[in-house]
Amino acid sequence: MKYAFFPGCSLESTARAFDVSTRAVCRALGIALEEIPDWTCCGSTPAHASSDSLAVALPVLNLQKAQAAGLPVMVACASCYARLRTANHRVCNEPEDRRRTERITGLPYDGGVEVRHVLDVLVNHLGLDGIRAKVRRPLAGLRVACYYGCLLTRPPEIVAFDDAEHPTCMDELVAAAGAEPVEWPFKTECCGASLSMTHSGVVSRLAHKLLSMAHMAGADCLVVACPLCQVNLDLRQADAAKAHGAFRPIPVLYITQLLGIALGLPSENLGFDALTVGADVLFAEGDADAVGFAGGKS
Amino acid sequence: MTHPIPWNGGGLLEEVQQRSGAQVGACFQCHKCSTGCPIGPDMDFLPSQIMRLVHLGAENEVLASRSIWLCASCEACTTRCPMAIDIAGVMDALRIMAIDRLTVLPDAHGKQFHRIFLGSVRRHGRVYEMGMMAAYKLRTHDLFSDVDKIPQMLAHGKLSLLPNRSGSVRQVREIFRRAEEEDRKP
Repeated sequence: MKYAFFPGCSLESTARAFDVSTRAVCRALGIALEEIPDWTCCGSTPAHASSDSLAVALPVLNLQKAQAAGLPVMVACASCYARLRTANHRVCNEPEDRRRTERITGLPYDGGVEVRHVLDVLVNHLGLDGIRAKVRRPLAGLRVACYYGCLLTRPPEIVAFDDAEHPTCMDELVAAAGAEPVEWPFKTECCGASLSMTHSGVVSRLAHKLLSMAHMAGADCLVVACPLCQVNLDLRQADAAKAHGAFRPIPVLYITQLLGIALGLPSENLGFDALTVGADVLFAEGDADAVGFAGGKS
Repeated sequence: MTHPIPWNGGGLLEEVQQRSGAQVGACFQCHKCSTGCPIGPDMDFLPSQIMRLVHLGAENEVLASRSIWLCASCEACTTRCPMAIDIAGVMDALRIMAIDRLTVLPDAHGKQFHRIFLGSVRRHGRVYEMGMMAAYKLRTHDLFSDVDKIPQMLAHGKLSLLPNRSGSVRQVREIFRRAEEEDRKP
């Protein structure tokens, strides 16, 4: 099983933990990743809000590089994933968009490179049985709120590997890791995404709403699969508490960090040091009672 | 809305439909987009009101609204619209129109952020987050919000003091240049 890996800009900086944990988990599960050589930014929201032609051409430049390598693409960042899938959708369905994109990039492209999110690869390509077989340290007793956010499941004509309103793939992964996914109603509510830069008050309000609900649902932590979700929910907890009322800080991990622990990988290799609200306590050996986590010892 | 907005012809509706590829005219004001919009409480016009203002041809109200820049592109509206209108795509088209027409914006933060982000991509082939954040803060004269987070982000290795440039930066610059040419075509 081999993929061309598109890390995206956030994975080099604010989402470094997502980068190292994704690579570590894939290595442990036998998924070979070959980074797209000299990959470039997908353009993200600033491109699609500024220029239609740029918003398709920037992702396609990377898809053409993957096509040259003859590999399907795996993406970790939910926003990059949505942009790459959207570009493929446009090139496949709008002949004028395809012609314009080929004029801009100077190379042919038919929209044929498969683009999958790491969650999709883990659950639908590798499969839950393959993961269960490799769990070395089941996370029994750990209660986890799976937060999917916006772009992993929306819009369904473009992303479509899980249900748009009630996705379950991350819950299934959490269960495969031996932990307990909690039922909660805000799985796909938005965290405010890049408004974090321009209107941080909006993000604090949304983070407060989401984190309070996760608490009410009895979660010990949240897991996410998007750099913007992670930063907005982890880094803004103090702001959210100050603006909207105090709550107990709650760790927000990447799903690949949680899975890495269950696979028996050392937390030093999974980017735990990059979390603002520390999560070590969740997995501390012999300190199980703190969060009702009984599976700490392997 | 306290004052009535008269119908101002179908020109705006036609242009928005053409630019976004979305059938805005099909909106029958069920408000499903607005009830599910996470940013609704912060908007001056809810998404369904934006659709209605486009029907009415109320160009100034729409293009100078805060809402089109507050939209987080979460796609909840687009996913749920019973008439399959790509409402988030309409918001993009309106932002592009507001820039094209040099509309005086009530709040230029979104515009400045997009411009500085894309400037970073053009220079480095990738976003250099530290440089982008500094440039954005200088441009918007907002030097003090979130500075408390910077030492911690540097310590956690989340920000780097130097850009990580893509080897394809020349190609990216060429793409920006050609995309601008394409966008200038009538």
